[in-house]
Amino acid sequence: MRIAVENLNASLGGARVIRGVSFAIEGAAFIGLIGPNGVGKTTLVRAIAGLIPFEGSVTLDDAPLAGLKPRHRARAIAYLAQGAGSHWPLEVSRLVALGRLPHLAPFARPAAADEAAIARAMHLAGVEEFIGRDVLTLSGGERARVLLARALAVEAPLLLVDEPVAALDPYHQLRIMEVLRAYADEGRTIIAVLHDLTLAARFCDRLLLLDNGKMKADGTPAEVLTPENLRATYRIEARIGEGSEPFVLPLRRAE
Amino acid sequence: MQRQVNVWAVNASLAALTALLFIASIYIGRGGELLADKFALISETDPDIARLVMMEVRLPRALLGLLVGATLGLCGAALQGLLRNPLAEPGLVGASSGAALGAVLVFYFGFATGTAMLVPVGGVLGALAALGILYLLAGRNPSIVTIILAGVAISAFCGALTSLALNLSPSPYAALEIVFWMLGSLTDRSMAQVWFVLPFMGIGWLLVASTWRALDALALGEDTAATLGFSMRSVTLRAILGTGLAVGAAVSVTGVIGFVGLVVPHLMRPLVGQRPASLLLPSALGGAALVLAADLVVRLPVNGPELKLGVVTALLGAPFFLWLILRARREAP
Repeated sequence: MRIAVENLNASLGGARVIRGVSFAIEGAAFIGLIGPNGVGKTTLVRAIAGLIPFEGSVTLDDAPLAGLKPRHRARAIAYLAQGAGSHWPLEVSRLVALGRLPHLAPFARPAAADEAAIARAMHLAGVEEFIGRDVLTLSGGERARVLLARALAVEAPLLLVDEPVAALDPYHQLRIMEVLRAYADEGRTIIAVLHDLTLAARFCDRLLLLDNGKMKADGTPAEVLTPENLRATYRIEARIGEGSEPFVLPLRRAE
Repeated sequence: MQRQVNVWAVNASLAALTALLFIASIYIGRGGELLADKFALISETDPDIARLVMMEVRLPRALLGLLVGATLGLCGAALQGLLRNPLAEPGLVGASSGAALGAVLVFYFGFATGTAMLVPVGGVLGALAALGILYLLAGRNPSIVTIILAGVAISAFCGALTSLALNLSPSPYAALEIVFWMLGSLTDRSMAQVWFVLPFMGIGWLLVASTWRALDALALGEDTAATLGFSMRSVTLRAILGTGLAVGAAVSVTGVIGFVGLVVPHLMRPLVGQRPASLLLPSALGGAALVLAADLVVRLPVNGPELKLGVVTALLGAPFFLWLILRARREAP
């Protein structure tokens, strides 16, 4: 799938939050969307998900997003909101099955293909052991994986995830990132809003660095995570490790 | 592990229970007297009267119990799903208060004595007016919260006007009539009234039921539901308009019957694995069963003033709700 975002502008409560952002993604990739708090990462993702109005164009395989019917858009783009949760104590298997709603004809029962997609998503996210559990009785890390499995079950060519590893311990952070990596390796595109720069450097193919609503840098993790970029956007001095096990260790606030 | 739920078995059992109560409602009279006994007695002298009692008194009463109960249960379940709030109930939309006000005005101006049809007509007009005002208040792109706040405001205003009508009521008799009507009852209703409210209820049910899958998706929040292919604007409009039409029509003909729309979805939720979409049909059936059962309780006392249905549902509903709260408190971790 080819995703092209051209000159995207979006406003929140009258204030312009995204200013002329453009980028294109060709084929399968795990893209990290990074930048300090309040630069518009969530707004950008929500615009691409079709949740807020915007100016400019977003096309999927050259088809404008605005022209897609909600059901078709729902099959093309899966979205996992920041801090997502369930309002009712649903059984895990039922919650994951909600990801198949865009594929169900009115009044149709889930077909074998839907059941297979649910099983694949649960397997990929490693949540089969919770299958009959009430989702509200799971721990934060377990619940995050179940909600991710719901988004995976859509099997959309583009998956948008907003801060999937926030509030998780290192083990569960790695677990989620591995799931996303595996999903991208199956031939899909992921755009993930991330705050942990080390995880972004380790797992992503490409990083988009947003600053004040504009695209500050776009490239491989090594290209984007430079001392200059971190100083200019995050206002930090950091030790940056390169090679096969890259890391970003924030040292102090930049003067 | 949660218990395996079989939604079809739940629905079938509830349908059977509702059918049983419907038949009981037709055959059991005041003080538990069976229509069959009366029938045997009367049919010897005048068979036409027995048929008349059946068709013109018992049947509309049982039908209204069925329709009104189903409406309250269905709309309560849908609104709780839409708002993702277990405390939501059909009255929140404001249409039921509008309907009550419309009907009360008919009493106030003394039209009710002329023909019994004018009360439900006034009620439905009141409900439609309330929905119209709700639409104007909610604005072009309303959030669910805005709509509910507008509904609450309309409810409060209609309640105030209803109180004003009571306050200024021309005679104590008129005031008493209004108060008794508002307590909610299925007695002395005609088939004509049933036919009058049925289309409003039918359209309301279809609108509400059409949101079923979106209610499931809404378990994960409005954004997620929108990215699962549901237009939240359309879903909200259908659920609110459908509830307003159906519940407004129900209140127009029976007065206010409380607690059914609030309590029944709670009863049914554990039986269907908590899924909002699977909750709609059982709540409709359960609501019908509860109202039919309460209407049987109303008939038990032989002497004294007639018990009102709305009083009985509240008397049954409120303690039950307390029990639910206590149970939830016990189960809370």
